Amino acid sequence: MDAAAITRALTRMAHEIDERNPDDAGIAFIGIRTHGVPLAQRLASILKHNFPTGELDITMHRDDIALRGAPVVGPSHVPFDVTGKTIVLVDDVLFTGRSIRAALDEITDFGRPKQIQLAVLIDRGHRELPIRPDYVGKNVPTALAERVTVRLTEVDGKDEVMIER
Amino acid sequence: MKPTWQHKHLLGIQELSADEIVFLLDAAKAFKEVGERSVKKVPSLRGKTIINLFIEPSTRTRTSFELAAKRLSADVINITATSSSLVKGETLKDTALNLQALNADMIVIRHSAAGAPHFLAKFLKASVINAGDGAHEHPTQALLDAFTIREKRGRIQGLNVTILGDILYSRVARSNIWLLTKLGAHVTLAGPSTLVPRVFEEFGCRVTHDIEEAIRDADVINLLRIQHERQRKTMFPSIGEYTAMYGLNKDRFTRTKPDVLIMHPGPINRGVEIDSDIADSVRSVILEQVTNGLAVRMAVLFLCAGGKHED
Repeated sequence: MDAAAITRALTRMAHEIDERNPDDAGIAFIGIRTHGVPLAQRLASILKHNFPTGELDITMHRDDIALRGAPVVGPSHVPFDVTGKTIVLVDDVLFTGRSIRAALDEITDFGRPKQIQLAVLIDRGHRELPIRPDYVGKNVPTALAERVTVRLTEVDGKDEVMIER
Repeated sequence: MKPTWQHKHLLGIQELSADEIVFLLDAAKAFKEVGERSVKKVPSLRGKTIINLFIEPSTRTRTSFELAAKRLSADVINITATSSSLVKGETLKDTALNLQALNADMIVIRHSAAGAPHFLAKFLKASVINAGDGAHEHPTQALLDAFTIREKRGRIQGLNVTILGDILYSRVARSNIWLLTKLGAHVTLAGPSTLVPRVFEEFGCRVTHDIEEAIRDADVINLLRIQHERQRKTMFPSIGEYTAMYGLNKDRFTRTKPDVLIMHPGPINRGVEIDSDIADSVRSVILEQVTNGLAVRMAVLFLCAGGKHED
């Protein structure tokens, strides 16, 4: 995917979010760090309603801390009350679903949202948990051994999605 | 190479590199944010058992470690000297091995003997965290002091930090000296010559017995309590004289930098080393140190418990 394709996908997703949630007042975006954060900001800015956006660092909620070295952990920043809101959770790639599971746990630690919807730029399959996205930029069937790398201007200096073997 | 954390134990600041200290302080920022949520708890250490083995009295550090462990979802047990079999003559080694036999994952120890945590770390499989050993080290106090300075000033490099009071018997002073000099601060030690001997210059800091000179250019003044319990003989004529000579009173406070940070590891003795009004002033960050201590201790437990270590 190149920059234009990413923008087209995000624009379509933003409109789907708008259509699914006619009651605009209660929407808020939360991006999963690192790449979910700029994606959440882009979705919010396409909709032009000044929806609040937050960022989530799920390191403390992961289930594989014992399997890895001591991880780098950063602060989450959710500058609004999530209680009663429709939260659109945003990530770059949906894979096993374990990151989303951790993010759902963390969001409910901030309060009790009315509902949580999931938006991902890429769905690459291979779910290990019963989690499905509400909005998908592109479905990309992959082999387990492949890597899907999303690069975004805000983080990496350019927009692109690559599948690497 | 990206800095990482490879330690299973936290025994002292002396063993850490500047990069490792900064790595830990950055992680602590994330844990401070957890304390501001409606649910102040994360599942990181679920199923881990942490034992607070406090052979020497402590309220603040023990409470802070206990709460830190609970906020990480660990199970935590407190053992104090009077409630343990140490009073029945059991050795520290046997106590520790018994705790390990209960499958404890981490042991947080405070002991009046310097080196006690290092001794345990030699034979325990569990992680050992030093919560203060004699007059040697109190690493988490130095880390929370550094966290507070960084939060307020954005850096430590180049700052003038004055540590004032009982340096000789203070583990807080030693850990602070090692940490601050590693991160590039200019450290000045001040107090009566009996409590601040010249030999401390070997640590790479300045020693002075002139309080006016010590506080004039300080960006941070860290006040230490007189540790009566550790002094084997009288080190100065009277508390009143100490206060008159080295206490931070209102008159001296007017001659400090207008943005100086006043710090104290607690417990404070109002009217002795610090004037009551100064302790409550806007320049004082004493209570913020307590809040930050919790975040720093969460980071320590999280990083030492996490994953693979070189051992």
